[in-house]
Order: sequence, then structure tokens, then C-alpha cells
Amino acid sequence: MKFISLKKNLSLHLLYLILSMIFVSNVNAKNIVSIDASEQSTDVTQSSHAQLEKLIPQLQVKNFKKKIASVKQLADIKNPQNITILEALLDSRLYYQKADKSVVIIQKKDNQYEIFSPLDNSKIGLVEKKTIKKITTNNKLRKTIRTLLAQKKVSHTDLIIRQAALKEILTSSDASLLPVLQQAKTNESDDSQKELLTLAIALIEVDSKDRSTRLSAIKILGNSVFPRAKGKLEQVLMTNEQGSFIEQDKDIIKASQKALKRIDSKLSLFSNLETLFFGLSLGSVLLLAAIGLSITFGVMGVINMAHGELIMLGAYTTYLVQQAMPNDIGLSLIVAIPAAFIVSGLFGIAIERGVIRHLYGRPLETLLATFGISLLLQQMVRTLISAQNVPVITPSWLSGSLVFNPAFAITYNRIYIFFFALMVFASLMLILKKTSLGLQVRAVAQNRSMATAMGIKTQWVDSLTFGLGSGVAGVAGVALSQLTNVGPNLGQAYIIDSFMVVVFGGVENLWGTLVAAMTLGITNKFLEPWAGAVMSKIIVLIFLIIFIQKRPNGLFPQKGRSSGGH
Amino acid sequence: MVTKSLRKLALAAVVTASTITSAGMAWAADTIKVGVLHSLSGTMAISETTLKDTVLMMVEEQNKKGGLLGKQLEAVVVDPASNWPLFAEKTRELIEKEKVDVIFGCWTSVSRKSVLPVIEELNGLLFYPVQYEGEESSKNVFYTGAAPNQQAIPAVDYLMNDLEVKRWILAGTDYVYPRTTNKILEAYLIAKGVKKEDIMINYTPFGHSDWQSIVSDIKKFGSQGKKTAVVSTINGDANVPFYKELGNQNISSEDIPVVAFSVGEEELSGIDTKPLVGHLAAWNYFMSVEDPGNEAFINKWQAFIKSDQRVTNDPMEATYIGFEMWAKAVEKAKSVDTDAVEQAMIGVEVPNLTGGMAVMNKNHHLSKPVLIGEIQEDGQIETVWSTEGTVAGDAWSNFLPGSKDLISDWTAPTKCGNYNTKTKKCLAK
Repeated sequence: MKFISLKKNLSLHLLYLILSMIFVSNVNAKNIVSIDASEQSTDVTQSSHAQLEKLIPQLQVKNFKKKIASVKQLADIKNPQNITILEALLDSRLYYQKADKSVVIIQKKDNQYEIFSPLDNSKIGLVEKKTIKKITTNNKLRKTIRTLLAQKKVSHTDLIIRQAALKEILTSSDASLLPVLQQAKTNESDDSQKELLTLAIALIEVDSKDRSTRLSAIKILGNSVFPRAKGKLEQVLMTNEQGSFIEQDKDIIKASQKALKRIDSKLSLFSNLETLFFGLSLGSVLLLAAIGLSITFGVMGVINMAHGELIMLGAYTTYLVQQAMPNDIGLSLIVAIPAAFIVSGLFGIAIERGVIRHLYGRPLETLLATFGISLLLQQMVRTLISAQNVPVITPSWLSGSLVFNPAFAITYNRIYIFFFALMVFASLMLILKKTSLGLQVRAVAQNRSMATAMGIKTQWVDSLTFGLGSGVAGVAGVALSQLTNVGPNLGQAYIIDSFMVVVFGGVENLWGTLVAAMTLGITNKFLEPWAGAVMSKIIVLIFLIIFIQKRPNGLFPQKGRSSGGH
Repeated sequence: MVTKSLRKLALAAVVTASTITSAGMAWAADTIKVGVLHSLSGTMAISETTLKDTVLMMVEEQNKKGGLLGKQLEAVVVDPASNWPLFAEKTRELIEKEKVDVIFGCWTSVSRKSVLPVIEELNGLLFYPVQYEGEESSKNVFYTGAAPNQQAIPAVDYLMNDLEVKRWILAGTDYVYPRTTNKILEAYLIAKGVKKEDIMINYTPFGHSDWQSIVSDIKKFGSQGKKTAVVSTINGDANVPFYKELGNQNISSEDIPVVAFSVGEEELSGIDTKPLVGHLAAWNYFMSVEDPGNEAFINKWQAFIKSDQRVTNDPMEATYIGFEMWAKAVEKAKSVDTDAVEQAMIGVEVPNLTGGMAVMNKNHHLSKPVLIGEIQEDGQIETVWSTEGTVAGDAWSNFLPGSKDLISDWTAPTKCGNYNTKTKKCLAK
């Protein structure tokens, strides 16, 4: 466990270092902590207690509209116990006993449930699952509860709770909150929190009756990229059917237009940044998928149709490693990397020794044979594991996103995979350039007979090269298991893309593969917003066909075994 | 001499052969043959294998009750292997060679469209158990899944009235079912006064896994202050990375709920459901519905499949209802003849598994309740809304200009799948 958190911290620090210049701290909304007992007043008045007693049974009505009304009334009661009840309802811990329909708060204990009274948290007893039934909630009810709780917590002593509460309020503030927010602002010591409170107040004050208050509120909104700020300004600038503004005041219109323009220019910058990142991330996925192929196809000239299945084997290895260590999901992913390399590498060597070795110089037969192997491997996992997709769990440090501001956030899993792809690329580069194996690989690629004459065991080098390329495919599988479904067909989805990248980049050139992957990724993502996911893929393919017509050897052509011909 | 004895021998052979065949036929006539046309391999095997097992379970049970018309039922299982043209060939094989009396089968619309000309030509009987896009009614097909007005439209109504959704994202996989459904939904929303700029439509290929730009677009579209929801006709395993990406980009089901038409218990079993919790699904049946009939069905299924981990889902209920109705109709018609059973089917009532009554209507579609549920962490779907009674399936959507005036009525005197009420003409064939 320590190892994971260490690793996590290290990687996080690395990220923070790179991105700290524009980083604005953010708190996950899930951090709402329940209010500690010390804070709950023990001085419960008799009347509020009676109100509670009256309202609690009403929570089990079926109709959600009535339930929401009851919840609102419950929140209004001046009794701290209502927060406990609402939190229990939110966390699906509020049940009722089937026998007497009495509402209880539950706590799971082994296979049974401890039940507590919602009135004073006193323990009632231990019951079986069958005797109680959950009080259901729906999206709207949960949202209402969250907002109600946030209002109560916006002046909480704990900064983290305050931040989470305010974040909730910012998504759905209504005018009645104004005094609460103003009060909170005067008491607030934290600067960033104060800024958000100003924004929350401005969002309400845009609709105020006072003209100067409105103008200053509009100005505040214009400085924010918060999505609701834009929405609010657009609301001010609403037009009627004839196309003229509903708003009469010219200054307000002018100020709003100016503010909206500011927001838009900022937003378009962020949205371009975002698209660029999406492109790089797609590019890194393509790079991972293709880099192994660029060794087997690029360096050795073998058309390996089973490359996708070697990726799939890597993904399945991740699954099996996770099954073997279910309590250390984070660590299992790291263990899976060498494991997948070995598994796919060994399969690769077996394929080379068993089939491809006999078919060197016969590309068509190689293609057919490896296609057969790909079907074989697919059927193998179908039979041995399952025909259905298997669940690969994402560790918590790979989910969520890094939020720079409300308009720009990038997801952690993509960031990690981007750096992971670069790392794989760099280590492969090192192996090929700095080790004796790399030297021999390059020698064989450039001139096989000369290399043999120099005493290199070319057959042995062939096997190792193929094993290396396959192993890297396995490592790609580990990364892809975090992005896509792990199933027997996983490889099929990536084989075409991989060949595309390698052909585009120019065979036997790793740099070409890198540039090609990134170019294709970014082009695809910039096309996607206006062409759609399906069309942009087609456009990229057409572009590639034309490109290959003009430059048959790809971006970075190089002379070698495959281009020299056999 | 030699030729004569040879001729005798040949004659004897022919006689023996024909006796064997007639004996075989006599034996075959003692059973009623039930064809099962579900993919047992290929991409659809995941979903369809379950339905094959459901039919086998129903056949076994019917035989325990003494069969039908005094005869035992015999299931004939073929594997069309998720290969659409093969569906047509296998249908022909089932009817012409195996001489089945009824077929339960198909999942995707494209496989049904492939079977349609064959089943009509050979005058067979097909029970189709999956929710689909409508715009079809054949004399030889009974549709026991939901038509768009029994799933998509009520789901949109729920979002509009109960969650007060104002902006809409219609996201789907790029093929016939999502495209037709979205066309109907778009027309419906516009008829309800939603502006064009408040509707976003997006299509992705099968098995799409790179959802980052689309989810980012959804986020931008949904953060303008108006309540937004996604109506998803995304099919198959592409759903998993889609919901994952929603979670990663911090879009919760409370901010932008996603209502899915193709995500059921079977699809949820065995995947990491954390990112899906709170999102919605619209069906006519959930495993979680508390009803004695449902409980019995679940127990029967888990005993038949010998695993208490297996779930039940909506297409299974549709298969169950279809089979029960067919059995009732056969007894009513006292025959397995297609035309007799087809007429006997109309008006047949069978209890569904959610506490109501399923009725087969004149247009070969069922009356069903519509349920909206929220996905739970354990992969079950809990009902949060349901229609008061049942909704009659509408073969031809009222919201598409081409099909507005069409109705389907297979009773005399109309006997037509696409009768135009304006021109008073049957458009068929």
C-alpha cells in the first residue's frame, strides 16, 4: 500500500511540476464530509423534535415530487438531526422496516444490518436484509438534498467542506441564497473561496433591481470562464421573436455583450488547448499500439496480422494480474506491465519460431498465416477465459481529471498514458541505439548477409526482435485496458490503426512512428468537432491514401532490408 | 439376370428408404417443432445465447405440463453466427428442411430485416423479442419487444416532466435503430416546443472507445444553465468507455443524466458499474421489480441455468411472453398452422412479469408498461418511474411525416400492415 501511495505521489509531483504554472487547485465534490458530532447542538427543542417525528414517515412515499417537498421541509427544521437524516438518504442508508414501516438509518455489519433511530441515532437492533427496504432516491431528489446540505455547510469551519458546498451551490443557485452567501463572504478568509463567493453572488445579482449592482455583477461574470456565467449573460441578451432584445437598458446590453465577448475569446482558447490535448492523447494511444508493429513490420518486414491479438494478450494479462491481487488494484497495474511484456513477448517468439521463420521472404503467406494465428488467439481467450468482455478495474489515481479552471480540465488516465507512451518510446529507442542487441538488430535489418558474415546469429536476432516488438504490444495492452473494453475483439480495433501509423511514418523508423501517431491523432481530433467521429476517420483515411500515392515510403523513408527488397 | 436382380435390389432400396422417411415423418408429426434462431457465436452471442436458453427453458417447462395439443414440443436450435445473410438462410433451413411450426429469434434489426422476406415467402411465424425502431409490421412476425412509443417517447417524457430537462443530446451508434429512433425523438421534441439549437445529435461507430471529445462537447452543451440530458442509443460494449469518460470528466448523473435504451441487467453484469450509478435506463421489465410472477421466473431461470449469479432482463421477459402467448394461441386455434395461429394470437392475454397483463394487439405489437430505472452499484436497475397502466405498441410512429397516417391491422377486413388511413389504401407489396 505504501508503495502505491509513494508511486502516486511521485507521479503526481511530476505532473504538478510540469503543469504548475497554470494550475489552480480544485477539490473534488465527493469530499463532503459529514458534520462531526461535536458540532451538533444537544439542545434540541421539543417542537423541532415533534416536527421531525411528523416528517420522517413522509419520506417513504412513492411519489418523488412529494418526497422532494418533505425533504425541503425537513431541511428547514432547526434541528441538527435533519442533516444526519438527509445524508443517510443521500448515501442510500435510509431504510424502512417492512413490518411496521418505521424509518431507520442502517449500517452494514457483516451479513446483517445494524439499525438506528433517525430521531436520536440510538441503536435499535440488528436485523436481516430481508426485513428492511431502502427508501429510494432519484437524480432530482439527490440533487435537491445536495443543494440543501450545501447551503447549510457554506459557512462551515472546515475549508474543504466549505469548498465542496460552494461548488454545489455554483451549479444551481437561486435568489433566496443571497443573504447566506453574503454572510459567508464577509466571514471568509480564504482568497480563492472568496473569489468564488463573489461569482456566486454576481450570478444572483445580475437579476437584481438595482442598475449599478447589475452592471458590476456583469463585469464580474465577464472575468469568469465558469459555464453558468456565460449562460447567465446569454439569458440577459435573450431576444424576442422579432429579434430585438427583451432587456430595455442599453448600458446593460452593451456591458453584457462586452463581457460575453471576453468569455468567448477565453473559451475558444481553452477549447483549442483541450482539442490539442485530446489529439496528443489519441496520438499516444496510436503510438503505443503501433510501436511494437513498427519493430516487427518496420525493422523485420514481417506483416504480422496477429499484432492486435498480442495487444489483447497484454490486456488480458492485466486482468489476470488484477484477479490474482484483488486488494492492490493500483499495484497490480504496475506489476502487469512486465508481466504483459513477458507473456506477449513469449507468444511472439513462439509465433516467430513456429510459423514466421519458415515464411521469410513470402509476405503473402506470412499475412495469411498470421491472420490465422490472430483468429486462433481470439478463440483461445474465448474458450479459456470468456467470450464476454472482462472487467479491468481502474485504480482511483487513474480516474478523475486535473482541473485547471471550469472550462479546461484533462483526465488523469489520458495524462498518464501520454507519458507512459513517451516512456515506452524512449526505452525502445535506448534499446535499439545503445545495446548490443539493438546494434545487431539494426545490422540484420540493413544487410542480412553481411551481418551473418560478421558472425551475428541472424535467426536468434530475428526471434528476439520479434519478441521485443510483441512484448511492447503487450505493454500497450496494459495501457489500453484502462481506456477500452477488454474482450476477444480488442486487437481487431487497433490493427488497422497500427498499420496506418507505421505506413504513414515510414517503415523501420521509430521517430517516423512517433510523428505519424501524433499527426494522425491531432488531425483526427481537430476534424471531429465539425465532421463527427465517423466522418473524421474516413477523411483521415482518404488523406492517408493520397499521401501514400505521393510518398510510398512514408514520412521518413530509409533504406533497409524491406525497402531494398529480397 | 444380373440386371434383373440389380433392378430388384434397387427397388428394394427405394422401398426401404421411403419407409424410413415416412416413418421419420410419422415420428416428426408427433412433436411440434420450435425453431430457435439466435446467434451462438460472433459479436451478438453475448446477448443472444441467453435468449436461446430462455426458449429451451420454456419448451422444457411446456413439455412437463404435457406439451401442446397432446404433442411434445421439440426445440430445433441453429446458429446464424451474428452473420446477417446467414439469418435468412437458416430461416429457410428451419422452415423447409426442419419443418418447424414457429421460430423464436433475431436480436438486431438488421437480422430481422434479413429474415423478413424469407419468412413471408414461406409463410412462417417469427417471434421477435427485442426493442426496436418500429416502422414495420408483417403478417408473419409478432413483435414482443418495445416499439419507440413504449420506450423512447416515455423516457423523454419522464426527463421533460419530472427532471425538467430543457436541452437534449441524442447520442447513438451509427446504424438503423439509433438513426430511426433519433429521427422520431427529434420530431417529437420539436413538436413539444424544444428549439433546434437545444438538440444535439451525435453518432459514433460500433465499438467506439475514444469518447473524450464527445463527452467534452456534452459537458459544454450541458453547462449553459439549462438542465440537460443525454438520450443514448449507443449499443453494445461502447457504453462502458462512454460512462467511464463521463465519470472521469466529473459529469455526474445529477448534472447530466444519461438515459439508455440498450443497457440492461445482462450488459451490466460483469462490468465495473461504478461510473454508471444513478444513470437511467428505460425498459418494460427490470429484474428488481417485486412481483410473485417475476420471482418465480427468476427462480426458474436460475435453476435451469444452474447459477444463482445469472440475471434476467427485458428481452427475456419478451421471449417469455411471446412463448406463453404462442402456446395459448395454439390451444385456441387447436392447430399449429401459421394462418390459424396468427389470427388466434390477436387478443391473447398473458400476465407479464411486472404485475400487469400483456395483450397482443391487432398490429402484432404488445401492450406493455414502461419503466424508468436508475442503475445501482450492484448492476440492478431500480424503478423510479412507471406508466400507470400499459401502453399499446405503435408500429408506425405518429411523429414521422412518412408514417403518420399509416396503421397496421391484421384483423378482417383490413388485414394490412401499412394501411393508409387518409387514402384508405393498403400499401403492402
